Amino acid sequence: MRKILLPALIIAAALLIVARLFYLQVLDDSYIKKSENNAIKIKYEYPERGYIYDRNGKLLVANQPSYDIMVTPNEMEKDLDTMEVCRLLNVTKGYFLERVEKAKVYSPRLPSVFLSQLSKKDFAAFQEKIRRFKGFDIVKRSLRDYQVNAAANVFGYIGQVGEATIAKNPYYKSGDLIGRQGVEQVYEDVLRGVKGVQYIQKDRFNREIGSFKDGIYDTLAVKGRDITLTLDIELQKYGEALMFEKRGGIVALEPKSGEILALVTAPTYDPALLVGRDRSKNYRMLENDTIGMPLFDRGLLAEYPPGSPFKILTGLIGLQEEVINENSAFTCHHGFSYGRGAFMRCHDSGTNRLHEGIYKSCNTYFANTFKLTIDKYTKPEYGVNAWSSHLKSFGLGDFLGYDLPPGRKGLIPTSKFYKRFYPNGGWRSSTIISNSIGQGEVLMTPIQLANMMATVANQGYYYTPHIIKKIQDGKIDPKFTGKHYTSIDKQYFQPVIDGLYDVYNLGTARGLGVPDIEICGKTGTAENFAKINGVRTQLTDHSIFVAFAPRHDPKIAIAVFVENGYWGARWAGPIATLMIEKYLKGTITRKDLETKMLTKGLKQEYEKVISGQPFRINQ
Amino acid sequence: MKNQSVSNNIDWLTVLLYSILVVMGWMTIYSASLPTETTSIFDLSQIYGKQLLFILVTIPLIFVVLTVDAKIYEKYALIFYGASIVLLAGLFVFGKTIKGQTNWYSFGSFGLQPSEFAKIATALVLAKFLSDVQISLKNTQHQLIAFGIIALPVMLIMMQPDAGSAMIFAALILALYRDGLPSWYLWTGVIAIVLFFASLFLRLPFILLIVLGVMLIHYFLSRRAHRNPILYTLLFIAIAGFTYSTGFVYDNVLEPHQKDRIDVLFGEEVNQQAEGYNLNQSLIAIGSGGWTGKGYLEGTQTKGGFVPEQHTDYIFTTVGEEWGFSGAILVIGIFVTLFIRIIYLAERQKSSFSRTYGYCVASILFMHFFVNIAMLIRLFPTIGVPLPFFSYGGSSLFAFTILLFIFIKLDANKVNEW
Repeated sequence: MRKILLPALIIAAALLIVARLFYLQVLDDSYIKKSENNAIKIKYEYPERGYIYDRNGKLLVANQPSYDIMVTPNEMEKDLDTMEVCRLLNVTKGYFLERVEKAKVYSPRLPSVFLSQLSKKDFAAFQEKIRRFKGFDIVKRSLRDYQVNAAANVFGYIGQVGEATIAKNPYYKSGDLIGRQGVEQVYEDVLRGVKGVQYIQKDRFNREIGSFKDGIYDTLAVKGRDITLTLDIELQKYGEALMFEKRGGIVALEPKSGEILALVTAPTYDPALLVGRDRSKNYRMLENDTIGMPLFDRGLLAEYPPGSPFKILTGLIGLQEEVINENSAFTCHHGFSYGRGAFMRCHDSGTNRLHEGIYKSCNTYFANTFKLTIDKYTKPEYGVNAWSSHLKSFGLGDFLGYDLPPGRKGLIPTSKFYKRFYPNGGWRSSTIISNSIGQGEVLMTPIQLANMMATVANQGYYYTPHIIKKIQDGKIDPKFTGKHYTSIDKQYFQPVIDGLYDVYNLGTARGLGVPDIEICGKTGTAENFAKINGVRTQLTDHSIFVAFAPRHDPKIAIAVFVENGYWGARWAGPIATLMIEKYLKGTITRKDLETKMLTKGLKQEYEKVISGQPFRINQ
Repeated sequence: MKNQSVSNNIDWLTVLLYSILVVMGWMTIYSASLPTETTSIFDLSQIYGKQLLFILVTIPLIFVVLTVDAKIYEKYALIFYGASIVLLAGLFVFGKTIKGQTNWYSFGSFGLQPSEFAKIATALVLAKFLSDVQISLKNTQHQLIAFGIIALPVMLIMMQPDAGSAMIFAALILALYRDGLPSWYLWTGVIAIVLFFASLFLRLPFILLIVLGVMLIHYFLSRRAHRNPILYTLLFIAIAGFTYSTGFVYDNVLEPHQKDRIDVLFGEEVNQQAEGYNLNQSLIAIGSGGWTGKGYLEGTQTKGGFVPEQHTDYIFTTVGEEWGFSGAILVIGIFVTLFIRIIYLAERQKSSFSRTYGYCVASILFMHFFVNIAMLIRLFPTIGVPLPFFSYGGSSLFAFTILLFIFIKLDANKVNEW
């Protein structure tokens, strides 16, 4: 026993030490992190962000240098002249204390933004004395420099990365910039490049004593790659100008490729507002405009009842389901009676075949077609499901899959939807008859409508709409080059297209024609409602127009929504026509229409809704 | 055939282990004190240069230790002891005071720390005292003399004050135990330590309740004939008194920095820039080593000089950081092998003097090893003692070398004893 004690004690002590070392060195990895914080300083070099060009190679978005003042709390000295810093940077002491406190919360050892997005002259005086302010640093970043005052909704903007992203993605550090909204968000990885990293060994006095491991972990910054958009910036600018004092959206696509030629939302804003020191102030201003909602991209996000353009789909489905053919005729007496006391009014009368039905936009014709389609099946559930699956083959009722923030699905009801709506059953084709003319439950976004027109122009297929045309040293997503076929056979499109052509010649868009361009279009006038002081109130109808041109070799398909613009040919029709002429010819012959669109708006119409006074609609 | 050649009987394994430790120690010091610009390794203005000089000086030192007659160590033990007591006492007149401690004689840029050498002398005297056949540690009077031999240098060292060095002498109790010290001394020591630390965590009544419970159980489990209520009562009163006084000692006797060191050990929040800083940096350096370390000369904490006094008491942090867990267990393994080898050799001795001295050597080296490394990894309060053969410093290297090689000489000479 007496011989054993010392060796036993030695071995026990050694095992205790080894166990503790195993815990410290192998199990607990927090010390590795602490060691890095302690001894290694990381310096970033921010590359220039990629440029953005339009489809014709015109530079839209470039960069300008900007400077952030960073603070590292642990490096600040106790006798720092706070007042001097505040004076030179023109900030209050309260701001100073608040930022330093925030920086400490993020990390006492890593730099945090103290004051962001300054121009060189903003900090010239500070820079001269920066050696006296230990812990303060100036970091150069690149900010956007917009070459055009247009397409803000397409570009999006860049802003400081949020804490949630920092936690999720280790690439981003506090103070880094990240794309938000638009192509800046979607093509962030392409545009931003890769920042350079330099690891620097520090000693305990925080002095730099050389590069860590002779720089084997250091990387150089890689410049962001340029992208080319499908946008035609002249068309985009023109579209924004045409939406003068109006609300709504314009989406123009190239049917042959699915490329987005213009994506207009109104009202919009100057993209330069969201750059630099006033960014957050301006952003708040735009965000607080809850009436105009300039940050709300109506082309992608607004779900409207599609109105009469939907009749195109009703007709196509009727043809495909063989409940009508192009010679089927229905008689209209200023409306369609679908039950006792239930009557859908129509501005038309007489007997119409499909051709007349389309260019005259006869409600009766399409109500009958819809009824026949649903009633072809033994139960309305089956009928509605067949109808809705045709619609879904046009990409409706779901995200289209374009390369912009995803927008909205719209709504295409199925039998499930109506079962929920009418839990006790008893619904039939006549109950849901309003859908035939694009009212009722169906909702579509302008881009879905434009894509529908592109599909009609292509006679049965579409490409996923997209905004990207080229990526420098890269390829665009192959999903944008594959055709999506609808469930409507090609043969059924021609009679509908013929009808759409006569909308301009004989129908609801008479008088909007352009010499030398054969346009196929369709007007729409959609009833809509809003809650005003909690009361569901009907507002002036939305003015809607869809079109494609030229008739025999479609180069552009377009959808125009003008909120509360009344009938389709009043505002949306002229705008669509002018956009088509602008894109195809570059010059405008219909100066009368142009002048009206560029100078007249719906300010009064919008103001009366918010005036609080009783008002009349559809004047 | 008297006096066989010493070299034939030297335990070369011990010498090898010693050499490995010294070489590794120097390599570590080189890393810990490497300046940014490269210089010659013999640069005497650099710490590693000086240590290299010290290592070279140990070679003639070892030669002398091994060649003098082995009898001298036993014969003149008392003289060595007396001389070291005089040197310790002389510090109060001629010593140099650094950071409030007077434990150096200064000769130009070199210094001499007599407490390091006092360990050797004390071990020799203790071994000589116990080797006398008349002496038995069962005898209270002899126990007191043995304790007195240890206590005299401890008192002088405590007055410097140098709690770390003084504490090392406690290791000699382990050697006494081998030579027959009654085991209740050890038990008393263990219980006292347990009670001291318990009193830092728990309230006094609670501790007494536990003690009472344990004693009652022991009382009823023991044989009826051994049940002595008065003895148990007295013991309980003694424990109660001791526990009460530890609180008093902690609050009133310990220096604030010593209290902080105990608080830091138990994870209490102490100012990171002051007492907690050293321990924190030590943990970061060792903890960031991982399995295999950051590589020799690549330790970021070592290069940045974050760990204070890294080349002396904190030298093992460099091992932990640069060589990682695998390097650390290698070093620990070498130390443990050395200790066990010394004990094995001690048990082989024919003379009681050599055996006791061997135990003293193993105990002292082990105590240094354990206290030094344990304090770096928060197993023990921060107490400044060097890691044998590793830490920078001439006095400690010379003292440890002499301590060990006297034993090697004694071991080699055993063939000549009868």
